[in-house]
Amino acid sequence: MSLDVRVRSRVSPRFALDVAFTAAPGTTIVFGASGSGKSTLLRLVAGLRAPDAGRIAIDGRVLVDVARHVDVAPPERRVGFVFQHLALFPHLTAAENIGYGLSQLTMPERQARTAAIAKSFGIAHLLGNRPAAISGGERQRVGLARALVTDPEVLLLDEPLSALDHETQSRIIADLRAWNDARRIPILYVTHSQREAFALGERVLLLRDGTVAADGTPDAVLNAPSHESVAQLAGFENLLDAIVVERRPNAGVMVVRLATAAIDLETPLMSFAPGDHIRVAIRAGDILVATEHPRGLSARNVVAGTIGTLSRQGAVVRLEVGVGVPIEVHVTPTASVTLDLRTGRDVWLVIKTHSCHPVAAV
Amino acid sequence: MDWTAIALSVRLAAIVSAVLLVIGVPIAYWLTFSSSRWRFVVESIVALPLVLPPTVLGFYVLLALGSRSPIGRAWEAWTGHGLAFTFEALVIASILYSLPFAVQPIAASFAQIDRTLLEASATLGVGRLRTFQRVVLPLSRDGVLAGAVLTFAHTIGEFGVVLMVGGNLPGVTRTVSISIYDDVQAFDFASAHRTALLLLLFSFAALGSVYALMRKPWAVAPLS
Repeated sequence: MSLDVRVRSRVSPRFALDVAFTAAPGTTIVFGASGSGKSTLLRLVAGLRAPDAGRIAIDGRVLVDVARHVDVAPPERRVGFVFQHLALFPHLTAAENIGYGLSQLTMPERQARTAAIAKSFGIAHLLGNRPAAISGGERQRVGLARALVTDPEVLLLDEPLSALDHETQSRIIADLRAWNDARRIPILYVTHSQREAFALGERVLLLRDGTVAADGTPDAVLNAPSHESVAQLAGFENLLDAIVVERRPNAGVMVVRLATAAIDLETPLMSFAPGDHIRVAIRAGDILVATEHPRGLSARNVVAGTIGTLSRQGAVVRLEVGVGVPIEVHVTPTASVTLDLRTGRDVWLVIKTHSCHPVAAV
Repeated sequence: MDWTAIALSVRLAAIVSAVLLVIGVPIAYWLTFSSSRWRFVVESIVALPLVLPPTVLGFYVLLALGSRSPIGRAWEAWTGHGLAFTFEALVIASILYSLPFAVQPIAASFAQIDRTLLEASATLGVGRLRTFQRVVLPLSRDGVLAGAVLTFAHTIGEFGVVLMVGGNLPGVTRTVSISIYDDVQAFDFASAHRTALLLLLFSFAALGSVYALMRKPWAVAPLS
């Protein structure tokens, strides 16, 4: 089974969603900033919104085709939808919520299916409770179970785990993976969390301004971004202006010079020419800090600098190191104490060639 | 006290409330969920009795039901007697007069329902009518009840429309408020007092129950 989407939908005078892709069975992560059209895309597939042009089909079954005046009503689409705020029915118990879409079955069948899915999602003990009486993670499971129990042909999830802590997220992701391994239907999963993208996704569709800006494996799209805005979305803390100085095709690398700092960095070879103005994307967590000049390293890039500011945020210490330009570096609190890192201290930053991602500047 | 008039008013109010529940709920549903650009016209028509002088409404209803109107003639041909100055005419006029008192609280409680609940129902394969029965109605039960109570109380207390359409026929169209008017005209202040006090207490109790019903926002609040 695969979901074929080719639609255009004008949301406002200045914004239109215009996408074309085919989602194979498995999880396709729909990644993008807010306002990039992620939720609009899901609503179009579910039939909660009508496109201005185009066609959506599950294999040969057409859900909407503007040119042929076909528009299947949401109840007949067999598209499951887990809403961002779940939309559990507050007046019904968890069991009644889960069994809501099974009213065509007999009561014993409905109860059996509800009990079976509740057991596999670990919520069998709270079937008699109303949504207000159960915890956030449990509500999330009820929401998932309610959508999955109807055996949809396509599943849409709109940031279903964004309100939960990491541990609960991981457990629900494991449940969802297990379910998906058994069924293999196309799943569109909207998120802006990298963790969820890597944990669940076989493919990432990156939406920007209503169009597909990048499409590939989570690693290709989020770890090796080809474009500055992609790098920003994928959470690269450092985006440094640079000019390509030299290409070394034999070594598979190139040398770029940071614009304001006269520092050369070695990066993987990309299709840029010497003299091109580019940006180098570097994750703050990919940079090592040394308090003495390091020797005998495999890493090619060693840059001297001075710690500007230092602040603790949860389990990481954020350093801003001046090397001519400020570079953000994340270290653990233990490393920060052991190395006696403080404002004004001279340090050396060590960055592997493959941690420097050249991206096209806008 | 004029127990005949009280019984007549209660019977009238009960019938009007029942009829308005049946026609008010679909009107309220349409007003809440329709995206028609003509919605404001229907809203205005429904709200008209709130601002229209009862004598004006009563006058037009009287003309519409009179023996020269198509409705009046059809009724006369069917039943053998005219429609004006009958209990049936009172029912028709009261339904029009109390329409906003039924529709508005019901529409207000429909409007409080989180729309994504209706979308969730649709994606679970449930059509609009069943969604209405299983989600909309249970979550707006208090609003519907408030509409019925307000309609009942408003119909019990109406005067101008009743007088225009039904006149003052004991046991047929003399309602409790007309009975008070009669008592005052006849200088029977003691009787007027008793009936008026009864109406006052009844109205207060009705309003009290409506406000108690309407102040339960948790009944329809969305859950995240």
